[in-house]
Amino acid sequence: MENLDEFREMFFVECDELLEVLAGGLRQMEAADLEKEIVHSVFRAVHSIKGGAAAFGLSDLVTFAHRFETVLDLIRSDRMEIEAPVMTLLHRCSDGLADLIESARAGLDADRGLTGALLAELDALIDSDGSDEGEPIVFTPITLDFGDVAASPPAAALRIRMSPSADLYRSGNDPVALMTALRKLGPAEVSLLAEEVAPLESWDPDQPGLAWDIRMPSSVTEAQILTVFEFVEDCCRLFIDRLAEVPGPALSLAPLADFLAVPAPDAAPPMAPLPPPGPARIDPAPVQLAPQTPATPDPEPADPIPAVPGLRVASSAPEAAAAPAPTIRVGLERVDRLMNMIGELVIKEAMLSQTIQTAGLQDAPDVVAGLDSIRQLAGEIQESVMAIRAQPLKLVFQRMHRILREAADATGKPVRLITLGEQTEVDKTMIERLVDPLTHMIRNSVDHGLEDSVTRQRRGKPAEGVITLSAAHRSGRVQIEVSDDGGGIDRPRVRQIAEERGLVAPGTPLSAAEIDQLLFLPGFSCKDQVSALSGRGVGLDVVRREIMSLGGRVMIHSVEGEGTTFSIALPLTLAVLEGMLIQLGDQTMVLPITAVQETLQPNRAMLHGMGAGTQLLSSRGELIPIVDLCSVFGLPAIEPLESAVLIVVETDTRQRAAFRVDSIFDQRQVVIKSLEQNYGRVPGVSAATILGDGQIALIIDPEEIVLSLSNDQGRLMAAMAANG
Amino acid sequence: MLKSISHNVVGKSDVVAFKLADQDFCIDIGLVREIRGWTPATMLPHAPDYVKGVINLRGAVVTVVDMSARLGFGIAEPSHRHVVIIAIHAGRVVGLLADLVADILTISDDSLQGVPDLASNSAREFITGMITLEDGRILRKIDLAQLLPEMSGADA
Repeated sequence: MENLDEFREMFFVECDELLEVLAGGLRQMEAADLEKEIVHSVFRAVHSIKGGAAAFGLSDLVTFAHRFETVLDLIRSDRMEIEAPVMTLLHRCSDGLADLIESARAGLDADRGLTGALLAELDALIDSDGSDEGEPIVFTPITLDFGDVAASPPAAALRIRMSPSADLYRSGNDPVALMTALRKLGPAEVSLLAEEVAPLESWDPDQPGLAWDIRMPSSVTEAQILTVFEFVEDCCRLFIDRLAEVPGPALSLAPLADFLAVPAPDAAPPMAPLPPPGPARIDPAPVQLAPQTPATPDPEPADPIPAVPGLRVASSAPEAAAAPAPTIRVGLERVDRLMNMIGELVIKEAMLSQTIQTAGLQDAPDVVAGLDSIRQLAGEIQESVMAIRAQPLKLVFQRMHRILREAADATGKPVRLITLGEQTEVDKTMIERLVDPLTHMIRNSVDHGLEDSVTRQRRGKPAEGVITLSAAHRSGRVQIEVSDDGGGIDRPRVRQIAEERGLVAPGTPLSAAEIDQLLFLPGFSCKDQVSALSGRGVGLDVVRREIMSLGGRVMIHSVEGEGTTFSIALPLTLAVLEGMLIQLGDQTMVLPITAVQETLQPNRAMLHGMGAGTQLLSSRGELIPIVDLCSVFGLPAIEPLESAVLIVVETDTRQRAAFRVDSIFDQRQVVIKSLEQNYGRVPGVSAATILGDGQIALIIDPEEIVLSLSNDQGRLMAAMAANG
Repeated sequence: MLKSISHNVVGKSDVVAFKLADQDFCIDIGLVREIRGWTPATMLPHAPDYVKGVINLRGAVVTVVDMSARLGFGIAEPSHRHVVIIAIHAGRVVGLLADLVADILTISDDSLQGVPDLASNSAREFITGMITLEDGRILRKIDLAQLLPEMSGADA
């Protein structure tokens, strides 16, 4: 039953999308000017989940979705007011539904205690309304109102002429199923086209002989009908006519009387060529179903079994009337393979350019032009593939609403979440790996960042706290911020705790920024009382490590009494970076360009010794410690200092250092290769890359080097990194 | 004389034999993916002395272990005569630097003897058995799991 498993998996993928529609719709329902279509979309989402669940025999899910749907139906038909408690329950039900789907996917039994409680509350709501209780739970197709979606002018009724070819039957399709599907769009009158049935003497048993005429109400669009026939388009002749006027019911029967009520003969004669365009009142321009897939989405995913694999059209947008571009679903590993090959292409291109140099051809204009165009193409391909992998952060942000609700419930603090820049796109891998850090950060902000409502009111703030989750592209990086409007970091308290736990020596002079950094130390938990939510002492250090492993940085900015902002800066991609190629002894290394502030050739006046072994660079009135990268990496040191090149780098915590290297010889995009996969972590090195000559070069992690050498707190960080 | 390579024969296995400091060693052929000539490796800072560095194996970063250093013969000065045996161990690809590859041999399990107790040098912990060949040479069979501990900067 491999096939069924495949469908099952598809159902769950679809569920994820539907849950998103559901959660998004519920949030929109809270808005003051509620549009009916939003309620419909929420209802349809739950309904589709129920339908799919019924097809796979997931009875817990069906039961729950059914009650949920009943309540939504009451709201939809204006029989229930949307009040705050109802909305809260709906949100919790949406979470409950997500949990049920998750456990069904894992093949586990659902937590009946939780859903039981929700079911009881739903029942209470339904009962209080005094309608619809005890309805048997069966999956019945529901005719949906497409008033909003349908073509707006008072359109005429539709007449569809359908003549299936032998291929349709051969491929296991059934005209009855198509008619049933049409019926879901609206009442359909089906009649057999008797004149199409050929006489018995010329009957070919291999050819189907039946054709039908179907009448649909004017509210149905042609696009909807085409969607029904999407999968049989090449084996079914189809004509759709829009009748010139809207006939009354009595009138409409009259022209059809000709075709009516001839029972299908036992032996179906061969299919006659399609009749000439019918009666004069039918629009002479028939719509021939084109072989290309219509770009219109199926606005009603009512099919209990998810659609056949293949080209798949996005269907989740509630504003389905504006046809979105067709989408295609592709396995991630295929995209990854493409990405890897492009990485190879970039390396090969660099190799080729080096070969050209070696061969002394760098002055030949056509060679240079050819190489340039290859380089440009490779860059464009790389960007395109990255665009394929890019996903909007909305996927993560939406999940945070739930996290926030749960955190608010657990702490009893009223909180509102504002999300900004949801459409900002980042690499798919990052999307997945951002969920945990952001979850931690949201919980942390609710638990530690926000004051309780009494304190807030005393301080003249609204009782309801606000947490803002925002994302934006900023100078080649993605910046995500989690900010609260709480009390800010209580720095004396943080310091006290750090001293109590032996994380810093008492009396160490620490700047405000350095105190803030203490929060990221492992084992640091600031809450006086360990709470179930986020006080386990694992939290921010895990967040930091996870973000660092994505090549990103976390920064804190806090103003007492006004709130705290955590900023995450992430690279756009995990695959390439812009690097400066430097020479250290006989080794070539790569320094990420993002950290570099300036490069300079020092003269003696700029250099100052400070004690034994330490040298400082004075640059524009600032003293910057000089770090000899050779000694960091255990290579023979460069002498004298004046012949070396200094590269000034700055960390995210605004610490600067001047790296001393032999020379800088190039700047280029390098493909990031994991060092940990076949070896392990190397201090001061974030990854490796392959140069034009096929040699491997290590990519330096300037942040780690600066932090490990700067001060006490830096050493702690280094210890922390080593622990990780 | 030695038989040609035979697969799936009960009680027999194929090994890749190589030389290190004029001694014969071997590892199970199932672990070996390919054998290539020595190419200069990029050094890894803070790595143990037996880690020669990393090389580019068709786009993958592969660590090269100096078996001579690991077995206590001293750090090898690789030349074009040296070979890198690309092996897979615990899901990781690793290169093993050897003086030269001698042969691919089929050995029977009966010929595998234990390591004498007297042997107490550092090489002993990496050797799981000794095989006496027909021509009187001794093959020392290496246990990759012992040879390659969890390699990372943290052990440095």
